[in-house]
Amino acid sequence: MPMHIVVCIKQVPDAKNVRIDPNTNTLVRQGVESIINPFDLFAVEAALKIKDSDGSTRVTVITMGPPQAAEALRETISRGVDDAVLLSDRAFAGADTWATSTTLAAAVRKLGDVDLVICGKQAVDGDTAQVGPELATLLDIPYATFVKKIEALDGKHLKVIRQTDEGVEVWKVPSPALLTVIKEVGEPRLPSLRHKMRAKKAEVPVWGVEALGLDPEKVGLSGSYTQVVRVFSPPRRGNRVMLEGAVEEQVEQLFRYLKEAKVPGL
Amino acid sequence: MHYFLTEEQQMIQDLAAQIAREKIRPQRAQLDEGEEFPWELVKVLAQSDLYGLYIPEAYGGMGGGIFENCLAVEKLAEACIGVATTFAASGLGAYPILLYGSEELKRRYLPDIAGGQRLAAFGVTESGAGSDVSGIQTTAVKDGDDYILNGTKQWITNGGDAEIYSVLAITDRSKGPRGATFFVLEKGDPGFTFGKKEKKLGLRASSTRELVFQDCRVSRDRIIGREGMGFIVAMKTFDKSRPGIGALGVGLAQGALDLAVEYARKRIQFGKPIISFQAIQHKLANMATQTEAARALVYAGARFLDSEPADMSKVAAMCKLFPGDVAMYVATEAVQVLGGYGYMQDYPVEKMMRDAKILQIYEGTNEIQRNIIGQELNKEYGRLKESFF
Repeated sequence: MPMHIVVCIKQVPDAKNVRIDPNTNTLVRQGVESIINPFDLFAVEAALKIKDSDGSTRVTVITMGPPQAAEALRETISRGVDDAVLLSDRAFAGADTWATSTTLAAAVRKLGDVDLVICGKQAVDGDTAQVGPELATLLDIPYATFVKKIEALDGKHLKVIRQTDEGVEVWKVPSPALLTVIKEVGEPRLPSLRHKMRAKKAEVPVWGVEALGLDPEKVGLSGSYTQVVRVFSPPRRGNRVMLEGAVEEQVEQLFRYLKEAKVPGL
Repeated sequence: MHYFLTEEQQMIQDLAAQIAREKIRPQRAQLDEGEEFPWELVKVLAQSDLYGLYIPEAYGGMGGGIFENCLAVEKLAEACIGVATTFAASGLGAYPILLYGSEELKRRYLPDIAGGQRLAAFGVTESGAGSDVSGIQTTAVKDGDDYILNGTKQWITNGGDAEIYSVLAITDRSKGPRGATFFVLEKGDPGFTFGKKEKKLGLRASSTRELVFQDCRVSRDRIIGREGMGFIVAMKTFDKSRPGIGALGVGLAQGALDLAVEYARKRIQFGKPIISFQAIQHKLANMATQTEAARALVYAGARFLDSEPADMSKVAAMCKLFPGDVAMYVATEAVQVLGGYGYMQDYPVEKMMRDAKILQIYEGTNEIQRNIIGQELNKEYGRLKESFF
């Protein structure tokens, strides 16, 4: 049975060029190039790997963002993705992870016949790692996070390998399911010329609140349970002492410092 | 400078540049040091569709020409001409089949070459036949419907790593220049083996081996064109491939210029960046001007040759000659700009200088290119009725 995979991506500021405005303590976004969240490129790669092994697999990429996010979608088409949909509406602005997941879930439902949703493990700007699990919860499908390998078992199950801090877990997951992937799924492939030419011409439909049948109150800022009150750089910690010398000497120094600091038990 | 590329040509350039930046540049020093064949990069290039740029769509290619191929080769060469030569040499091996092969040969080999699934190579040079191609000793003797090859080809780029070889052999010595014939050989054909991998001054990511034929029997349907057409096939192939060597030179020169300018802006001596000194400025100015002139020549030449003009050899030779000399000059000057750092293997310009030298030697030395240009001038002016005095 041909599988339909949906990959969710996000545009993030290119971390190589991010600066913090010292006056406002917020990210300077002006003039910073947007890139596809690196973990989402691994999600795209994971989907394309499945397509490599079964050519009948269809991969659709979705993103919620401003109109210029269509460029990110085209980039994934140039790497081999079949279709892309942009979820864009003024009402989506200011969304937290829950409101984002609400919007993405509506899009996955609208696409219908989806067998697998793949997300990056987290976005490098917000670093929450919440959207994947929230999206699965809203879609009422099982999910596995930190996946490094995906194998189709039979038409109804996937074998996934998770990498956690404690070790490696092998799961059998019924489909449809949602997976969030880590970089071990494989280095993202580069575009090909044929796919680049296709990406240039591709129609990228734009779905807003109305097309998705969503209540404007449930998305964007008004649908968000959390709000960013303040972004700041953590204050520099003072009084740091660098220990020097051989390991034994450093251990002795450390012991002395801890004792002076009246650490209990010393 | 703006060369008025089409949208598709721009895409080719962007894609090749991305591969060069993300995949080749980080590996070039290691490939050079270890003399490793860049299989991983061949796979990346295969997946990119670039191997098929100059091959018609009917045979699985992208339907472009010499110019499109030059755009890709140039960008790959900015990072490493060892890798770019590995790429371009497959085209050199494919051109005889593309230009003169039977429909059956084209269908059998071109789609795999276009997709990069199989690499091609070109086997003409021998120990006694370098600039003098007529000196080849490898023979192909007719035996019923087959031919039996004996002899040794030398310094064959992609030798041993390629699967498909266009090989020139003497089929009838008594016929002189009409006595040579091209055959398609496949790796694995009985009686076809490889010599040891050569160690080289530069271009060390590219593999170079002998092709050894000992009673190697191939059927007559492996003949490219007709028996006796070998030298014509070789010359027409060079007319198509030589701008690609020029593109390697343009790319290498640009890569060296980029490093030299960046370094000169950062390197402080006497309290100033060295780019503020006229001696360095003049060097960089000459390097940049020569590089741009080489690029303009290759682009104009490649576009002209894609229009299938009657006489191609002079322009093809110019497109090979000038950028090769420019690359050698620019790479040498880049080492000079970087001074002691330039001479060290920790910096990439010494490799570029070692690599550049081959551009004045392979696919017809630059002396041979000058001979061709001179002979063509003699023919061209011989046809003129007009006197310029």
